[in-house]
Amino acid sequence: MQAFYGYKDGSGDWFIIIDSDRCDGCGRCVEVCPADALEVGEDQFDPLSGKPVARVKEGERKKISYTCAPCRPGYSEAPPPCVAACKTRAISHTESWRQSYVKK
Amino acid sequence: MAEETKKEYWRWPESTWVNSGIDWKKGTIITVGVDVGSVSSQAVVLVDGELYAFSNTRTGSDSPDSARKALGIAVGETGLTVDNIDYCIGTGYGRVNVPMAQRTITEIACHARGANFMYGPQVRTVMDMGGQDCKAINCDDKGKVLNFMMNDKCAAGTGRGMEVFADLIRVPVWEIGPRSFQVKKEPPMISSTCVVFAKSEVVGLLEKGVPENDIMAAYCAAMAHRIMELLNRLGVHEKFVITGGIAKNEGVVKRLEKELGIKTAEKVWYNPAYKDYPFDTQIAGALGAALFAVAMVSKGKVKSARKK
Repeated sequence: MQAFYGYKDGSGDWFIIIDSDRCDGCGRCVEVCPADALEVGEDQFDPLSGKPVARVKEGERKKISYTCAPCRPGYSEAPPPCVAACKTRAISHTESWRQSYVKK
Repeated sequence: MAEETKKEYWRWPESTWVNSGIDWKKGTIITVGVDVGSVSSQAVVLVDGELYAFSNTRTGSDSPDSARKALGIAVGETGLTVDNIDYCIGTGYGRVNVPMAQRTITEIACHARGANFMYGPQVRTVMDMGGQDCKAINCDDKGKVLNFMMNDKCAAGTGRGMEVFADLIRVPVWEIGPRSFQVKKEPPMISSTCVVFAKSEVVGLLEKGVPENDIMAAYCAAMAHRIMELLNRLGVHEKFVITGGIAKNEGVVKRLEKELGIKTAEKVWYNPAYKDYPFDTQIAGALGAALFAVAMVSKGKVKSARKK
């Protein structure tokens, strides 16, 4: 399942997408996130699965465009730490971050 | 001076229902789902996975009270008490404040599951139009969420916005849908879906002398358009259903269908045995929670909390 954490507002689409089918719950993304925005826990959108997956912390979901901005997702060839750390390629960011840098 | 009674135009009909064909005392697993939303609260009681009772009422200023009230209305005179419940799951905006719940589940999972039960396994896209947020959910034939998108940052184009609008133009909220079609020509939609900006735009239209029905049509169209933006990003697949209060507003639903080019599924129970039961689109979340509770108890994943 693809979980979209974040929101759309007047400035763009700000979502971190975590694919729970790919995520193996290893927790490496949690360790490397400088903003401490991620955690590993029960899959909230499939409560019967019982498999732990990475997710964005509840308190971060409504301010994700600010939380993730310092890592500049999509700014250069180098992926942000959480994406780089994910061996199963389960984490991605929506386009708005990239576009916000391209414009400037 | 005669006291002017303030009419509450936003007030929508609340509902409650008990299945007289089931005796809960004979049931082995009694589960409850309580959905405390920002505007409305629902409670659904299932006896061995069959629909036994539900209620749909307005959320008060106190979430635990609203949860108790919803469950109280649902069980009514049946004699069923909290002690007889095997497992209760809270969901919705106020899910952490449901005092009788053993655990909580996010409303996204619950709405998908509930819609799957109500409309049948062919459902692929569920749009929940809540009081203060809207969410588009794609799910599989078991009601498992595949992906979803939610807008909970802003109440634009949601149920509460419609209530505010009803109060502003002084038309009962359930009349807005039908009356929005009594127009000679479809007017241009309200340009802003932000509740605050839309409100001032509507005041401007009223001052200009635009007929009420036209303003209703313009507002419904704006709301439909906003929902569509969310759906387009996620992708809509048939069978497409809308849950939540706005599903009852044909002014929005029919305009959305037209914009999407996809019809919403008919509002009838998938289970033919349920055909005479009332169909309330607002109970999907609570129903889903109660269904999760059945699955968890019967699979032995959780212990029954029943006291007697």
